[in-house]
Amino acid sequence: VAQLEAIHDHGHAHDHPDHLGHHWKDSKQQFEAGKLGMWLFLSTEILLFGGLFVAYAVWRANHPEIFAYGSQFLDTNLGGLNTAVLLTSSMTMAMAVTFAARGKMTAVVICLVLTLAGAAGFMAIKYIEYNHKIHEGLLPGMAFYQQPSASHLWLPLDELGHQQEAEAALIAEQESAAFAATTKLESEMPAPPANAEIWTKPLAATGPEGFTDSKLKIETSELRIFLPESVIDKVEDAGPMLNFAEHHTPGEVPHLAHPLQDPLRPVNAQKFFTIYFMMTGLHGIHVIAGGIMIGWLIWHTLRGRFSAGYYTPIDLGGLYWHIVDVIWIFLFPLFYLI
Amino acid sequence: MSNHEYGAVDHIVPVKLLAGTCLVLLVLTAVTVWVAQLDFNILNIPSMNLGVALAVASVKVFIVAMIFMHLRWDRSFIGFTFVVACLLVFLFIGFALTDTSENEPDIIPGNSEPVQRQLDELFANPAPSHGEH
Repeated sequence: VAQLEAIHDHGHAHDHPDHLGHHWKDSKQQFEAGKLGMWLFLSTEILLFGGLFVAYAVWRANHPEIFAYGSQFLDTNLGGLNTAVLLTSSMTMAMAVTFAARGKMTAVVICLVLTLAGAAGFMAIKYIEYNHKIHEGLLPGMAFYQQPSASHLWLPLDELGHQQEAEAALIAEQESAAFAATTKLESEMPAPPANAEIWTKPLAATGPEGFTDSKLKIETSELRIFLPESVIDKVEDAGPMLNFAEHHTPGEVPHLAHPLQDPLRPVNAQKFFTIYFMMTGLHGIHVIAGGIMIGWLIWHTLRGRFSAGYYTPIDLGGLYWHIVDVIWIFLFPLFYLI
Repeated sequence: MSNHEYGAVDHIVPVKLLAGTCLVLLVLTAVTVWVAQLDFNILNIPSMNLGVALAVASVKVFIVAMIFMHLRWDRSFIGFTFVVACLLVFLFIGFALTDTSENEPDIIPGNSEPVQRQLDELFANPAPSHGEH
């Protein structure tokens, strides 16, 4: 307090706290005005994202199938984890404000550092997600229609590039719910569909001889493939399918073909990734800006600039951080949970 | 001139309330993930999943704004600016969707010309498979 009351020399003699501008009646008035200004800025942020939400709404209303399809390529676990990270960092930010008002500046620094860690964690998870999308070629606009250089989703083609066979193999997979999960017990496996022609039984149930057929030869310990008659007709060369079976271990998450090879890909599937990158990208920029701001707050808290009498930047910075959280609360279900 | 306030300039939210609020928000996140996996088609309610997801998100935002962002203890005019911004976005979306529902979704159905050209080129001479497994 003595520090705050120190008379400073700028041409007049009365004393007032360093933080208080001359044109304010008192700290509370200054704080309230700053807060209103911050909320007006946050309102413009909502309107900024509002434009993108309108684009999302119109695109999805016109083509719900694009969103249902594209959403499959997002990892709900990572998205949910990011939601939890952001919510928790919002809590630590709010706690920083509480501790600041009580003058416990060490606790403020700890809370701000935790919040900054949340921001960094969010961006790290976002990086993992973006990295995956970029490697798979799940990109906005025309970039979506380039064959990815390294993809886990790209179905193996033979030397002649038998796209038709790959597509047929995929249809077989999708139509027949082909993959048993990790279970080895036949009784725990789903019953084969009524029109299945070929059914390889698990090793545990049938012994090591596997299964042989004139058209298809599939030997595997745990992998079962049900093929409807309609599919058998389409598959003239089972090469891609065998190739596929060799490269995928049983119990793996059922394969999702690359959209470009997927005959069930809706027209203009790239629009999902366009709006996904636009909205999460703009949000990510806000997270980075928020992280820089929190770093700034940590620096000035350590320098002893804030006290119980003056912590306006922490409070208003907190408001900004919460609005970043608020936007993500809507983005998460709109992209990941379709 | 000496009537300076050196005490608290704002309501102080207890740490326990903040922690409890965060817990509620995390539970609501789990709820919304769970609801998204339910199949509402048997109830024959279109867009039920979307409606529930947005409702849960709205509740979460309400909680964040009221507790974390102090709106519960702030002057009502501050909450008013927030609500107005949200209403303007709803209005924007509402009018846009009204227009959308009155028009064909596609001007030209199917792939656009550059997309089709790209697809033809890609699968006419496919590169040897180099997928990583």
